[in-house]
Amino acid sequence: MNYAYEISHLLAGAMLVTSFALLYQERIAAVLKTFAAQSITLALAVAWAAWSQDRPDLFITALIAFTLKGIIIPVALHRTVARLGIHREVEKVVGVGIALIVGLALTALAQALLLKVAQGSASHAREELALALAIILLGFLMMIVRRNAVTQVVGFMSMENGLILAATGARGMPLVVEVSVAFSVLIALFVFAVFVFRIRERFDTIDIEALDRMRGDRR
Amino acid sequence: MTGDLVLQVLAQGAQMFFVLLIAPLAIGVVRQIKARLMRRQGAPLLQGYRDLAKLLRKESVVAESASWLFRAAPSLIFALTWVAAALVPSFASGLMFNWAADVVALVALLGAARALLALAGMDVGTSFGGIGSSREMMIATLAEPAMMLIVLTLAIAAGTTRLAGVADFFISEPLAVRVSLALSLVALIIVALAENARIPVDNPVTHLELTMVHEAMILEYSGRHLALIEAASYLKLVLYLSLLICLFAPFGMAPATAGVGGWLLGLLVWTAKLLGGAALLGVWEVSIAKMRVFRLPDFVGVAFIFGFLAILLAFLTGGAGQ
Amino acid sequence: MRGRALALVYPLSGLAALALAIVDLRVLLGGGEAVARLPIGLPGIGLHLRLDALSAFFGVVINGGVLAASVYGMGFDRAKELTPRVEPLFPLFAAAMNLVLIADDAYAFLFSWELMSLTSWALVVARHTDPESRRAGHLYLVMAAIGTTALLFAFGGLAGPAGGYAFDTIRAHAPGPAVAALVLAAALVGCGSKGGLIPLHAWLPLAHPAAPSHVSALMSGVMTKVAIYGFVRIAFDLLGPPAWWWALPPIVLGSVTAVLGLLYAVLDRDLKRVLAYSTIENVGVIFVALGLAIAFRANGQNAAAAVAMTAALLHALNHSWFKSLLFLGAGAVLHATGRRDLEGLGGLIHRMPHTALFFLVGALAISALPPLNGFVSEWLLFQAVIAAPALPQSALRFASPAIGAMLALAAALAAACFVRVYGIAFLGRPRSVEAAQAHDVPAAQQIAMGGLAGLCVLGGLFGSVLAQALAPLLRELVGSGLPNADHGPTPFSLIAFDPSRSIYDAPIIALFVAIASVTTVLVVHRLSARRTRRGPAWDCGFPDPSPATQYTASSFAQPLRRVYGAVVFAARETVVMPPPGDTRPARFSVATIDFVWNAAYGLPGRAVLRLSERLNALQFLTIRRYLVLMFTALVILLAIAAVMI
Repeated sequence: MNYAYEISHLLAGAMLVTSFALLYQERIAAVLKTFAAQSITLALAVAWAAWSQDRPDLFITALIAFTLKGIIIPVALHRTVARLGIHREVEKVVGVGIALIVGLALTALAQALLLKVAQGSASHAREELALALAIILLGFLMMIVRRNAVTQVVGFMSMENGLILAATGARGMPLVVEVSVAFSVLIALFVFAVFVFRIRERFDTIDIEALDRMRGDRR
Repeated sequence: MTGDLVLQVLAQGAQMFFVLLIAPLAIGVVRQIKARLMRRQGAPLLQGYRDLAKLLRKESVVAESASWLFRAAPSLIFALTWVAAALVPSFASGLMFNWAADVVALVALLGAARALLALAGMDVGTSFGGIGSSREMMIATLAEPAMMLIVLTLAIAAGTTRLAGVADFFISEPLAVRVSLALSLVALIIVALAENARIPVDNPVTHLELTMVHEAMILEYSGRHLALIEAASYLKLVLYLSLLICLFAPFGMAPATAGVGGWLLGLLVWTAKLLGGAALLGVWEVSIAKMRVFRLPDFVGVAFIFGFLAILLAFLTGGAGQ
Repeated sequence: MRGRALALVYPLSGLAALALAIVDLRVLLGGGEAVARLPIGLPGIGLHLRLDALSAFFGVVINGGVLAASVYGMGFDRAKELTPRVEPLFPLFAAAMNLVLIADDAYAFLFSWELMSLTSWALVVARHTDPESRRAGHLYLVMAAIGTTALLFAFGGLAGPAGGYAFDTIRAHAPGPAVAALVLAAALVGCGSKGGLIPLHAWLPLAHPAAPSHVSALMSGVMTKVAIYGFVRIAFDLLGPPAWWWALPPIVLGSVTAVLGLLYAVLDRDLKRVLAYSTIENVGVIFVALGLAIAFRANGQNAAAAVAMTAALLHALNHSWFKSLLFLGAGAVLHATGRRDLEGLGGLIHRMPHTALFFLVGALAISALPPLNGFVSEWLLFQAVIAAPALPQSALRFASPAIGAMLALAAALAAACFVRVYGIAFLGRPRSVEAAQAHDVPAAQQIAMGGLAGLCVLGGLFGSVLAQALAPLLRELVGSGLPNADHGPTPFSLIAFDPSRSIYDAPIIALFVAIASVTTVLVVHRLSARRTRRGPAWDCGFPDPSPATQYTASSFAQPLRRVYGAVVFAARETVVMPPPGDTRPARFSVATIDFVWNAAYGLPGRAVLRLSERLNALQFLTIRRYLVLMFTALVILLAIAAVMI
């Protein structure tokens, strides 16, 4: 039993490391590869949970995560980037060092919060939840500190990864909810892609700072 | 009683001697693996010994502007590194002076050797020495915080900073795949690469000034002084490999009570692990390119981040009530 | 007549310091206290004096420094140096510092504190024709006034509404939590400004270098320890049992000070200013140690508190030794070459061999390298940090890796800084005519430096003896001392918590290194008996005898400036290259922004000026308006009285 939790922690920790790696990358191609790695790690974590906790419905979630977010979406985004000729470099609001240090602070915050709030529940559930919360926060951080719309999409989807990891830890989440989560991801991606195409057509750029200047109601 | 004492002293002395003996062989293994992977024949495995012998026989030429510090530094650097390398538990934990092997003290001994080397680099008053010394001290400021975090993680896990104590703790624990230890392992590997001036931090075989760090500091040395400095750098590599083995792969280490037979077996296992580590280093050096100097903060910064994450995760799994 | 009297100042000060140090040692080691009450001072209260273990320890620190500075001062050539302005004030300064230590009531403390500030100010402006000295003196006076005002509030809070200013009365009733917090903050401002905590540090790098070198040694090595004493006295003795969050301000401010102080040091080109900035770093480290001691004590972890407190006290002692040594060495360099800027020094190891050797010991000691004394206190501090994750409060627990990382960074930066200073100033080739013609200093000054260097070595090897000597003092302050060396494998091992957990045995390691070096030298000389040959330095075939081609202080700092300076100081390098064919030289310039100065001094300074300009209008009112002011004040006073009574 201990062994099982060690492995699930290892996989969750690996996902956290990929969240940090997402903040570290300088090029969009590398960001997409790292996101694919994160999704595959998520799939492994969910599959391990399915096998060790004897919940076969989680295998389907793992499969969805693997195919959809591990392969299809990164490849599709890669093609989008290539076709639109978007800048290969990630435009940064703050430097890599500061983003990583803020990431560390957020991880500490998530941990401190959960150790206080969830005093009553079992320690392993608390730990998984702390790691998942940290991944969610780091995904959000990525959306804030990177200017490119593609990296915003990736940040959003890494938040989704964190949510799925958290949901895996919670017992008794039925398959229906998981399917709907997967579909919401798909729809979100579709919407983002449509927006990206439209914006690109009209404004010739998807750098959101440049887009911001076009807004009529600028403060 | 005295027989036991004599045996203990001999064992400690054997560790000190053996560490020195195996160092050029370890370097030889690294070079051989690199050469073979690049489809060259490469220098023979024992070339390290031959290099040291050759340098010892050669005349030592010292610049006119060099001072006594320049001539005294190599022996001191070698002695400091040798003592540090000899203190790391290798084939047996619990040898006579194992309590002196405090990891904070070891890191500081290496820091003293590095400061002396940097000073020696500045002594002649040329720009090569300045490049090497300034970059070396910068890399040290990046690597030391990461090292401190690694030590903190190990101390949280094992409750002690004595290397023998940490090794015993990890031997006694069931094989636990803990995230925090995995992260500190990666962090320690990066720190070891930075401290030993291996690729991607520094190229140990370069002589282009723009790419030199360690080589620039020792540019003026020749003859027996250079032999001592080269031997010190071999020993430093063995120290870090031995440290990695002691902390993260301590199985096979003979316990304190084993007799001569147990120690010999431990020695064999340790030598195998050491040379295996050297081979892995060779593979790594062939697979990656050297980074430019001002990308190094990013690279060593990864060690820092991993070290910090390791501690945060250690707090997590260690429980709220420590 | 006056000349002959003044010539006796240094020998007499040295003897007095020696006598006081012996008395203090006896009180520290033997226990017991001396109490006195003099009828001078405030009417009805008098002047309370007490020499207890804490005062005695800091007395040893201070009088040791005064002794070294006095011996150094005896080496001055009285015909040439600026001594008539300095000598009368020197013993007064030393006496004031000793008075602060034995003061047992708030009045005596503040009086001697101010006396200390004023005498040191007078020494700083000894060269009053130098605009740098004048500016330094001005800023020093302002900061000292701010510090004393803060201490006034601190003691006011401690005395309480009853107004009992004697320390005994204060100890008898501890203040409530809110008042205690204010007192702690005021003490941190008051003592921190004297010690050099950021953001109250700005006077230190101006004032310490401006004073004569042996006075700089006293100010940096010794006066800062008086500030530490003040903080320890208030936080550990007068305030009563601590709350856990009291630890956070010293820890945070201390670690920021440590790193920032060294970043300033690494980028500076003046030898004495670099040493002053390094003092700031060491004071920051001591405050971190004190903060950890508070945290452990508040949680009842007395063993860990003992480790942290020993680290703080030993670091204070060690720093006084090696910083005094370094400043005396800088004085020697200044005396020999007349230059203080690193860019004009070089090669002094050949011209001033003894000074170079002693300075090397000081530089290695301050970089916390074994087996010298700096490493003993650093090791203890790291052990305390390693014990910090056991604290229950999550703020402290999560802060511990951050503290550890910053302390490690400070240690590495200190090594980088002093390799730079020693390498540029003493090694290499001389960069100026003065450096090429330097000569070593008189015997008295060499003896002073040599004595301190010897103390650094002895303190490093026998650090456990020093730690044991502090055990009775520690039991008073935090309730327990370090484990006795008898528990350990050798009589001189320094044990942090218990022998199975962490031991640092300096003599054994030094013995090993000595054996290894001797063996190496013997074996190598057997195997290769050739002599060394002297030849020109390697120059890639382009011989260039000009010493301008070697690394300068700025170039040594360049990697650190790129990595850290770009973030912390917004350091930007610009190179202005004239077009080809133009014979003007290229210009390289570095622009840095001191954010701490702008925020903490520039902003309030401008605000105060604006406010005072507005208030200046009060000078030019009509008579009727003045009457309005007086009437309003009267009415408000009556209204307050009506409400309160």
